[in-house]
Amino acid sequence: MHDLNHLGPRIIVGFGDGSVFITETVFFAMIVAAVMIVLAFWSTRRMEQQPKGKQVIVEMIVEGIYKLTEGAMGKHNSHFAPYVGTLFIFLLLSNSLGMWGFRPVTADVNTAFALSLTTAFLMQYNGIRTMGFIGKIKHMSSPYPFMFPLKIIEELSFPISLGFRLFGNILGGAIVMALIFTALETGSHALHLPIPLLQAVIPLPFNLFFDVFEPILQAFIFTMLTMVFVSMEIIIHGTEDHH
Amino acid sequence: MPLITPEAFVLGLSAIAAACIGLAAVGIGLGQGYAAGKAVEGVARQPEAQGDILKTMLVGQAVAETTGIFAFLISMILLFVNPLVGML
Repeated sequence: MHDLNHLGPRIIVGFGDGSVFITETVFFAMIVAAVMIVLAFWSTRRMEQQPKGKQVIVEMIVEGIYKLTEGAMGKHNSHFAPYVGTLFIFLLLSNSLGMWGFRPVTADVNTAFALSLTTAFLMQYNGIRTMGFIGKIKHMSSPYPFMFPLKIIEELSFPISLGFRLFGNILGGAIVMALIFTALETGSHALHLPIPLLQAVIPLPFNLFFDVFEPILQAFIFTMLTMVFVSMEIIIHGTEDHH
Repeated sequence: MPLITPEAFVLGLSAIAAACIGLAAVGIGLGQGYAAGKAVEGVARQPEAQGDILKTMLVGQAVAETTGIFAFLISMILLFVNPLVGML
C-alpha cells in the first residue's frame, strides 16, 4: 500500500480482455456503503418512544444533520437533509480509510468527480425547477447580456473545483503518508533492526492529521459548499417571483 | 562535453517545473494567515461566538487552499506520470 511506484488504485478484477476492470476503489466504496446500510438497520431496530442506548446516539446524529441543513439552507429547505447527511457520512468513512491501512476511496479522481457531479446535477435541477429554463437563462444574463458566458463558465467551474479540492487533499495526504513510511522503512533498514521499530510510533501524529482531521474537514467543507450553492439556486427564485 | 539525451533533458526540466510550482504556497500562506488573523480578531471582540467563527474560518481557509491543491496536483503529475516524455 505504501509503495511509491504504484500510487494509483490496484486492479482487482478484469473482464474480457482486460479493458474493463474493477479497481479497489469500487470494491472499498461498496464495503463502505454496506457498512453504512448495516449500521442504519442495526441502529433502528426496535425503536421506542423513550429512547435509550444506541437510539440516543443515532437521534443525536440525525438531529445534528437537520440542524446543520436548516442553519445553512433555511427551514423551508430541510428536505435536503437526507442527501446532506448521506454525503457527509459517506465522505467521512471514505476519506479515513487510510487509518485502516487501505487506500482512501476518494483518493481516486473518479469518486470525487462522481460526488461533485451529483451536487452539480442537484444545483441545476433545483435551479430549473424553481425558475424554469427560460427564467434561468434570463437570470444568468440579468444585469447585462454579456454576463451570460461568464456565468456559464462559473457554473461549469464550480463542480470541477469541488471535485479537485476533495481529490487533491486526500491524495496528497495518502502520498505524504507513503513518503513518511518509505523514509522510516529506509531508516529501519539502515539501523539493521530485525523488526520495523521506527515505523511503529513515529507516524502516529501524521496519521492523526491526515486520517482524522483532514477527512473530517474535507467532508465538512464539501457538505457546506453543496448546501450553500444549492440554497443559492433556490433563494434567488424567492426574491424575484411574486406568489 | 557529453551530450544530453532528449529524455534526460525533458525529465530534468519537468523536475525543475515541478519544484517551481511551490511558489503557489506563498499566496496561500498569506491568504490563510490573513483570514485566521481576522477570525482571531472576531473572537477577541465576541468570545461567545467562537464556535461559529471557527467553522466559518475553516470553510474559508479550505476554499483558499484549493489553488494550492491544484498546484500540488500538477507537480505530482509532472513528477510521477511524466507526460512530457511521452510526447517526444
